Amino acid sequence: MTPDDLRTALRDVPDPDWLATALRRIAAEPAAIARFFPAAGRRCGRADLPDLPGWTADEATRALLLTSLPAEHVAGQAEALYRAGDAAERSAVLKALPLLPVGAAGVPLLHDAIRTNDTRLVAAALGPYARHLDPAAWRQAVLKCVFTGVPLAVVADLDARADGTLAAMLAALAAERTAAGRTMPADAAALLDRLTAGTGQPHHREA
Amino acid sequence: MRIFDPHIHMTSRTTDDYERMAAAGVRAVVEPAFWLGQPRTSVDSFVDYFDSLIGWEPFRAGQFGVRHHATVALNPKEANDPRCRPVLDLLPRYLEKDGVVAVGEIGYDSMTPEEDEVFAAQLALALAHDLPALVHTPHRDKARGVERTLAVVAESGIAPGRVVLDHLNEVTVELVRDTGCWLGFSIYPETKMSPPRMVELLKRYGTERMLVNSAADWGRSDPLLTRATGEAMLLAGFDADDVDRVLWRNPVEFYGRSGRLDLRDVDAPESTFAGNSILRGGS
Repeated sequence: MTPDDLRTALRDVPDPDWLATALRRIAAEPAAIARFFPAAGRRCGRADLPDLPGWTADEATRALLLTSLPAEHVAGQAEALYRAGDAAERSAVLKALPLLPVGAAGVPLLHDAIRTNDTRLVAAALGPYARHLDPAAWRQAVLKCVFTGVPLAVVADLDARADGTLAAMLAALAAERTAAGRTMPADAAALLDRLTAGTGQPHHREA
Repeated sequence: MRIFDPHIHMTSRTTDDYERMAAAGVRAVVEPAFWLGQPRTSVDSFVDYFDSLIGWEPFRAGQFGVRHHATVALNPKEANDPRCRPVLDLLPRYLEKDGVVAVGEIGYDSMTPEEDEVFAAQLALALAHDLPALVHTPHRDKARGVERTLAVVAESGIAPGRVVLDHLNEVTVELVRDTGCWLGFSIYPETKMSPPRMVELLKRYGTERMLVNSAADWGRSDPLLTRATGEAMLLAGFDADDVDRVLWRNPVEFYGRSGRLDLRDVDAPESTFAGNSILRGGS
């Protein structure tokens, strides 16, 4: 996805002049983003965007504001906006990370989000940018999704990245749930099945 | 009965309370920033507190279909501690957030010169950020405190219709009734107001600009006393529309003046069939 996709998806916002002004001002004066960022939902709406599945208008607006920053300011502003943001602003920063020229500088924000118990933030941290998470942190985050009921569909590259260690962790959780007379979410059970298929044992225990 | 509790400190309540409140018909709350029992000693404690009011707490409320908004301010009690005074510099950032629908709680605790300064400064912030103001009235020396509060509000230039004076009672209601300010009443198990006393005030003064809250916090309080007040109103001869006005439409009108109240999916009039709410325990 590119900034142009965001722009296209936002063509029908209620206040296009506000958005155009914000983008212009931020490009010229990066610190101005702190004023525009919190108001995005009030100015551009919060509905799901039909052209951009998984994104709401406020999230896409905030991502577009971030992409309009001069490149050398992006990492610093993204972190500052996340730290000063409410849950919706934080979630928007996390979702924007893969579109921004920040390298791995946003990883501490992912760690912060995954530490919370706010499932919106945990989910937003596991998009394509999560490729920067090391395997141990990524597996713990996936397991946390299962534990807190976040659908695994939010996890980017799930099957490509899921390994034997994750399978063992899921199997252990499944065993605990079975012992307690509880069930695993269907998507997690299916993932465990895929990971253990063909291994000739109920679950794989090697890293 | 759809209920909007315009003043409740959910940070101090358990998740079980949210569940019971939702089952009783509470669909929306406003959580004013206040003190926490234990005085804070640094600005950073306020940052974490305010972040919780616009982050974790709305999430927790949302688990039960309850919509959560907040008001943010340096409270009167901690306004007296110089270590907390720089909180005023933090406020502009929070007063731009979607979930913040007023400046509050501001006002007086002991009516010190420090409280005077901080109260006036925060009324100015309400004007600058185009937000209503939630004003706490002092528990001691209350009548004199209310008079002084009204003078400061008038001097600030904020429109009276954008101000609520809270924790009023039989003694202070008349001081406020004709000022154009909104009147807040906190229903408590023992102190402040009770449901029967509240009903008497509604009979005498009508339902216009009247707000009823539980002000439930870490003290002896009960988040279901809004509902109990609605039931007491019905028993006293008020009709369902009167109850809806006091417990839903009035707080919606007052906090709606922020332009930020978001009640999508929770504001439908209650559907009933043969007197049974089909929404009971739902959204």
